[in-house]
Order: sequence, then C-alpha cells, then structure tokens
Amino acid sequence: MRSKRAELLVGSFIVLGLLAFVYLAVQVSGLGFNSKKDSYHVVARFDDIGGLSDRAKVTIAGVTVGSVDSISYDKKLYMAKVTMSIDSDVNNIPEDSSIAILTSGLLGEKYLGISIGAEDKMLKNGDEIRDTQSALVLENLISQFLFNKTSGSDK
Amino acid sequence: MLDVYIKVQNLRFSRGDRVIFDDVTLVIPRGKITAVMGPSGTGKTTLLRLIGAQLSPDSGTITVDGQNVDELSRSALYKVREKIGMLFQSGALFSDMSVFENVAFPLEEHTKFSAAKIKEIVLEKLHSVGLRGAAYLKPSELSGGMARRVALARAIALDPELVMFDEPFAGQDPISKGVLVELIRKLNASAGITSVLVSHDVEESLSIADHVCIMAGGRVIAEGSPEEIRASQNAQVKQFLHGEPDGPVPFNYPEDTMSDHGGKR
Amino acid sequence: MKSLIALGAWFFDWLEAIGRAGIFIAQSIFRVPVRFGESVNLLVRQLYSVGVLSFVIIVVSGTFIGMVLSLQGYSVLAKFGSEDSVGQLLALSLLRELGPVVTALLFAGRAGSSLTAEIGLMKATEQLSSYEMMGVDPLRRVIAPRFIAGVICLPLLSMVFSAAGIIGGLLVSVGWLGVSDGSFWSLMQQSVNFDTDILNGLIKALVFAVAITWIAVYQGYECVPTSEGIGKATTRTVVLGSLAVLALDFVLTAAMFGDF
Repeated sequence: MRSKRAELLVGSFIVLGLLAFVYLAVQVSGLGFNSKKDSYHVVARFDDIGGLSDRAKVTIAGVTVGSVDSISYDKKLYMAKVTMSIDSDVNNIPEDSSIAILTSGLLGEKYLGISIGAEDKMLKNGDEIRDTQSALVLENLISQFLFNKTSGSDK
Repeated sequence: MLDVYIKVQNLRFSRGDRVIFDDVTLVIPRGKITAVMGPSGTGKTTLLRLIGAQLSPDSGTITVDGQNVDELSRSALYKVREKIGMLFQSGALFSDMSVFENVAFPLEEHTKFSAAKIKEIVLEKLHSVGLRGAAYLKPSELSGGMARRVALARAIALDPELVMFDEPFAGQDPISKGVLVELIRKLNASAGITSVLVSHDVEESLSIADHVCIMAGGRVIAEGSPEEIRASQNAQVKQFLHGEPDGPVPFNYPEDTMSDHGGKR
Repeated sequence: MKSLIALGAWFFDWLEAIGRAGIFIAQSIFRVPVRFGESVNLLVRQLYSVGVLSFVIIVVSGTFIGMVLSLQGYSVLAKFGSEDSVGQLLALSLLRELGPVVTALLFAGRAGSSLTAEIGLMKATEQLSSYEMMGVDPLRRVIAPRFIAGVICLPLLSMVFSAAGIIGGLLVSVGWLGVSDGSFWSLMQQSVNFDTDILNGLIKALVFAVAITWIAVYQGYECVPTSEGIGKATTRTVVLGSLAVLALDFVLTAAMFGDF
C-alpha cells in the first residue's frame, strides 16, 4: 500500500505548510484574533507627525489600548490628521485628554501616548482629541539647543 | 482484390531539408500481417507516426479505415487511436506504474468496465503473452524481451482493429524473437487483427507477413507477397534481402544533405 | 544591415518560443481532465514527489539560514546596542526575501531538475508518444498534475522555510546569545505586518512557483530525447529557473516595497 503512505505524507506536508503559515501569521506578525475586537475611532490633528506610521500603537500609561488606522493630510488646516481605533472597553477617556507622539528609546519607533484629562464627558466614536503635542524632531531640538547656546554666549 | 484497411497515397514528408518520404503509395490489407521493411533511416517509424497522425504529411493522404487521419478533429482522431494499438521500439511502458497498471491503463481510460472486469481482462492479456506471473513487477524489473511482451499485452488490451509494431525484433535474443513471432502470428490468426510491422529483420518478417513493402530512399521499391519479394529481380531488393554490402543502396551517408538525424533515432 | 536582420530573426524566434511555451501551459491546464478521481490521484503522487521529498532539505536549510542570520545580525546590532531587534531583522528578511527566494532556488535545483529529467526520459522512452497513441493527452496526463503540484508546493515550502528559519534564529539568539525572548517576539510582532510581509512573501513564492515549474515541465517536454539532450535540458531548467527567480524577485520587490 505504497500509495496510502504517499497520501498520508502529502497530507502531513500540506498540513505542516499551512501550520507554518498560521504560525507566521499569529506568532510572528502578531496578527491576533483580537484584531476583530470591538473598537471606536478617534481623530487627532498634529502639526508634525515626524515619522509616525500606520499600525503604530496607542498607549495610556504605557499600555497599548489601540492602534493608528490611517494618516492623512488635512489640506484646510495644514495639519496631519491621524485616525486611530481604541478598544471599546477603554471607554473612559475624558474629552480634554491630551495626546502626544512619543518615541520608544532614542531612535526607536514612534507611537501615540494619551495623557488623561479631568473632564466628566468621555470620548465617543468620531470625536477629536484637541490637545495634541507633535513629535519631537531631533533636528529641531538640536537647532534650538544651538540657538540657545549662541544667544547665551552673546550676553 | 484486397480489403484495404490503410491506404497511403502520394505521401510526401520531410524534416528540415531532408526528404524522408518522396511520393510513397502503399496499402495495408485488413486482417493481414503487413511488413514494412527497409534499411535503417528510411523513416519506417516515421511512417507509423504518420499513420497515427502524430505527424502531419507535407502532401498526400493517409486513410485509416476510410478516414483521412490528417483532417480529423482532435476528438475524432482520439477515437480512431482507440482502435489502434502500438508497440513502440523501446516498449514505452509507463515507468511509474506496475505491469498490471500499464496493461489496465487503456481500459481504465477508455472503457467503463468495473475494476473486477478490468482485472480479468488484464490478467487474460498478460496470460496470452505468458507474463501473468509478472503482473505486480515494475517495468524496471523486467528484461527487454519481457518489457516488449508487456507492451504487446497493453497494445492489445482494448482489442484494437490495428496493431502497429515498431521494430519488434530489434535487439532481441533468438528465443525472444521466436516468442514474439509466435505471438504476432497467434494474435493475427485468433483475433483477425490487422498488423503492421516495421522491421529490418528480413527472415522473421518474411516468415510471418502476408504482405510486404520494401522501402528505400524515400520510396516503395517493392510491394507484394513474401514469395513475390523473394523472387524479385530488383537489384536494391536483392541487396537488402541478402545483406550485401555493395550494391545500389549506398553504404555511405550522402554528403550533400544536412546531417539532421531525423527519421529514426 | 545583415546583423540587424539576424537580430530581427532572433527576436521573432524568441517570440515564437515564448508563444509556444504559453500555449503549451495553457493547453495543459485548461484541457480539463476527464476523470476527477484519477486526476486527484495523479496530483497526490506529484505532490508527494515534488513537495514531500523537498520538505527535509527546506527545513534543514531554513533552520541553518535562520541561525546564521541571527549570528550575523546580532554581531552588527550589538554595536548599536539594539541586539534585541534581532528578531525583527530575522523575521523581515526571512518573510520578505530569503524565504521565497532561497526556497525557490532550492526548489529549482531539487524539484525542477527532477521534473525536467523525468519528463525528458518519458519522451526519450516514447512514453509520451505512447500516451498519445492510446488516445490520452500527455499534456493533461503528465504535464498538468506536475505543474499544479509545483504551484501548490512552493508557497507551502516557503512558509515552512520561514518558520524553520525563525525557530533556528530563536534557538541561536535566545538560547545561545542571550537575547530576552520577550523582546525577541514583541519587537518582531511590532514590525511584521501580515499584509505587507507575510502575504507579499506568499505572492512572491507563488509567482516563483509558476515560473520554475513552467520552465521545468516545458524544458522536459521540448528536450531532445537523448541522454545528452536530457542533461542539457536539466541544466537549462536550473539556470533559467534561478535567473527567472532572481529577476522576478527584483520586479516584485520594487512593486511591493518600492513606494517608500
């Protein structure tokens, strides 16, 4: 029964190949089943997003609570418009919370961090976070520092 | 007059610049054994491929059982081929199947017989070539003569009207030759199959054929019964039958033709 | 002028060859097989010889490539103090490039050459003619199952290769070099995107599969049926197949990851 054995091996081969695919999808790309988890969308406008990318994480107190859906340019306001989705069980973010673009480590990835405000009204689907803080662009920091230095030495 | 099964008329066929057939006309009578003989390289195998319409002639017609094979549609041609069994020079057994599966293959492909019935037919055909015991061997485990007999069993599995033998005796020891001669004769006598036999083995061919064509230089140089052929006064025929090195058939390959090794491998 | 004519003639010959190869594969696939059960059977047999028999070489080479990649990546990344991102480097290079490309090159050598040789030998021993004389289309009987099996197997093998590579890299970087396995996985998961990395890699593998298997079966079918001719056809399969993979890889990479 050589052909039975061949069929068995072919079957295991296909299953192993598919398992490898699932393994890569789940373990390596972190494509979780929670991506279908309910979420609501919030918008924020920034002067400068400085290298923030799609799928960047959104954190509160350092814990990931959502991710960036899309980034586009708002022509009227000359600002970057970032749409993010936040897990729906995190439904108690006050409306006056502020959001900042942060960097993990000196050269690491950009991500969003929400600092909680004090108001009683909470953010709902489609709301906008008005208090935003742009990314720290390294070049700007350096030039500021140099400018301060030179103006300091003038005194 | 003969009952004609295959009729080749004014056939012309060339490969590249080399003309293989130049105006060939011959008939193959129904229910008889016809031997097509000639020196190597005269395109005898090519003739069989033309009859099976694997190749297409430059001009001229080939009719098999009244149908012009070159003008048939694919499906009609495949229907005609089901009536033809062919024994290739190398046997051409399918190397990925056992002997049994090889013989069963045309049956499974073209009939709706049950597995039991197929098994019965296959074993009967294998029995008729004396290889019933070898049914579950692989083609690679067979000797050359056995492989050819299995191929014969496969060629007759569908009880064809026509069986074409391509050099059935080439490279066989005398005993295998004798066995094959017997088998071909028996087959023809019992089932009334039309047989076409391409060969350069003069004695074996003349001994079983009812009708003989001798080809040389792209033409038919003699056609008739074995007795007529033996009695022929044609110098080329005499040279071929007696295997004389000197004569009208040149020993040297013509120098002006391109050495395109067509016709036969 | 003469060379121009020669060039033109060569170009038309080339076009004709491409056309023949195209018609050949179209006929193999679209002449629908008559009996379903039989064609499944044939396909399984080919999946076995094309896929299962290539499995071990793929797993072994994948593991080693992953291990080497971690070692090399670690030594460079350590200079920048970011040896934790070795998982990220490993996953991205395997999924986007090395997985599909190296698998395809190995596949061309392992499965492609044997497909060509097998079909060439079937031609030399008149098995293909024999099918034809029995009223069975050799394209659908011999070529189609081999082609389809190749197209199914290579993407699967490429996934196996990448997974093996990541496990190999994990062994070296976490087990030996002391990268923390938490950051190994989390940095990897952060940077690997299912659509752009895994699916694109899979598409690459699929394109390579079509190219290699096509070349292999066509070279086998069209080879000069002598031992020398089969040898040449087999070499051509490996050479043309590998070149096609590398050229296609450039085009696909430019199309997939080119828009920075």
